[in-house]
Amino acid sequence: MKKLFSVTAKLNSKQRILISIFSFIIPLLIWSLISYVPYIWHPKVEVTHIGDVSYFSEGMLIDREVFDSEVETALSQSLEVPRGNPANPVYLPAPHEVAVALYTAFTTEPKRRNEKWLHESLWDSIQVIFWGFFISSLIGIPLGILAGTYDVFSKLFEPFIEFFRYLPAPAFGALAVAILGIHEAPKIAIIFIGTFFQQVLVVSNTTRKLDPSLLEAAMTLGAKRMSLLFRVVIPGIITHLFKDLRILLGWAWTYLIVAELIGTSSGITWFITQQARYKNFDNVFAAIIIIGVIGLTTDLILAQLGKRIFPWEKGRANS
Amino acid sequence: MTNLELPSYLQQSASVKDRFERLKNRPVSLQVKNLQKEFLTPQGSKVTALNNINFETYKREFVCVIGPSGCGKSTLIRILAGLETPTSGEVLIDGKAVHGPGPDRGMVFQGYTLFPWLTVKKNVMFGLEMSGQGRISSEQDALQWIDLVGLTKFANSYPHQLSGGMKQRVAIARALANQPRVLLMDEPFGALDAQTRAKMQSYLHEIWKNIDITILFITHDLDEAIYLADRVLVLKAHPGEVQEVIEVPVPQPRSPDQLLSPEFLATKKRLEELIHPPEEDMTINEDHLNMVRMVSVDNDVDSVF
Repeated sequence: MKKLFSVTAKLNSKQRILISIFSFIIPLLIWSLISYVPYIWHPKVEVTHIGDVSYFSEGMLIDREVFDSEVETALSQSLEVPRGNPANPVYLPAPHEVAVALYTAFTTEPKRRNEKWLHESLWDSIQVIFWGFFISSLIGIPLGILAGTYDVFSKLFEPFIEFFRYLPAPAFGALAVAILGIHEAPKIAIIFIGTFFQQVLVVSNTTRKLDPSLLEAAMTLGAKRMSLLFRVVIPGIITHLFKDLRILLGWAWTYLIVAELIGTSSGITWFITQQARYKNFDNVFAAIIIIGVIGLTTDLILAQLGKRIFPWEKGRANS
Repeated sequence: MTNLELPSYLQQSASVKDRFERLKNRPVSLQVKNLQKEFLTPQGSKVTALNNINFETYKREFVCVIGPSGCGKSTLIRILAGLETPTSGEVLIDGKAVHGPGPDRGMVFQGYTLFPWLTVKKNVMFGLEMSGQGRISSEQDALQWIDLVGLTKFANSYPHQLSGGMKQRVAIARALANQPRVLLMDEPFGALDAQTRAKMQSYLHEIWKNIDITILFITHDLDEAIYLADRVLVLKAHPGEVQEVIEVPVPQPRSPDQLLSPEFLATKKRLEELIHPPEEDMTINEDHLNMVRMVSVDNDVDSVF
């Protein structure tokens, strides 16, 4: 036990997996406590028997104070007393309800014919993210590397980008719709704006961290401009670059929700807002969890992929 | 230093004298003429790092550069490598002035500076490929150089899998693969432990004997300088100037038993005098701390003596 909390000690692989599982179990446990143990929170009462209260109906959720006062009134006037169970508000479904929804959300047919199934909505979202991130990387990574390598490009690009990155991407929503129409294009543009400017700065910063003595060594070995860039700078930063991209991809997801509200609402956000309108909060939670699962899974896959394509990183001290 | 009767460091045996005679008749491989380097400090004042440096090395000579910290020895070697430009003066390799880094000068740095993303073999191939040599022939050459430093088994390993001494051997092989005229070494063994260091010194001598290469080696270790060098270039600080060029009277080939020979000790004594001159003001003794006894009176061990 003492060992677990020693500052420098590293956990062994079994402990690490166990504790990683705990990091998911703890929030789930808190959620279950709030959902299943009556009198922990439960600010509402679900009516099971309406008694003589005229406006109650079965299954209705009533604030606990209101319910209690109705019980008192009924008692004092010797009317039939309403009965009910403590309940949580409709926006906090219990874990098992969400678990069921995780399955049924995929199998439930859309309410209207022109609406999309959940998996179709998800696929739309993934495409928007992919294109936004891809176009951003296509331009952002080369610019970042140039800015990190040559002072000229650093001074040419970075001051403006530094300014632009403070402009919130969603603020360009209306403009994007005006220019690009109401379908996918403005959404991709928002993801692009949200990612690109950070990306250039992050990549240029990473490039600058390359050990300058590697460049000097390469120069004494006869490397000139282009080969310095392609044979030293790029391979020298690529592992860090890959880690940066994994983090930036996470940011791209945060812009997705805003992006999908622009123009015609679409994708997973459309699904979430739609389900919230129907008060199917179990589906809302299910959709949010699915986003998390997709994010975490892509990140894990990319991490594994990284180990594959950068063999020199294996067993190297994390630096 | 001991006060034993030591010969003068200038006294050379007949064979050593003869060798230096012949050495100085060889063609000059590296020549430094009136080299001057000034820096601007951030405050805007001018600092002279190197002042009017003049020296030459002969073909296949081993020269060590030594000096107190701040004498600009690293600046000197970086200028020779072409990584920095002098304020004035010239560097000539085989009579031709150099501008910028080039394959005629190889360099080994104190930090290992191997490319972590390349295997040992690919690291050594790097310079060959830069000079436009084809993949297959540079691979063959690289393997020969790797064999020369005894790392054939590790040709496909990555640098992080090697020990410090092995990394530095790869760095030497990588620098030599380009077949430079001059090998510049900036405190290459500074980060190694004493034992590895001694081994590396023998390796380096072995390589030097068998290859057509002039070596300029920076160190702050007096023993290393004397053990390795034909001549030692002693710099002094503020500004960096050549103080003396010492012809090491210890006969070649060198072996570790010579570390206690009279010639060796005499040279070391001279270097000590040059690099750590006796303090003029003896009133301040920085070696003595202002300590009071902080051990309780009833301590089990009353005195460490």
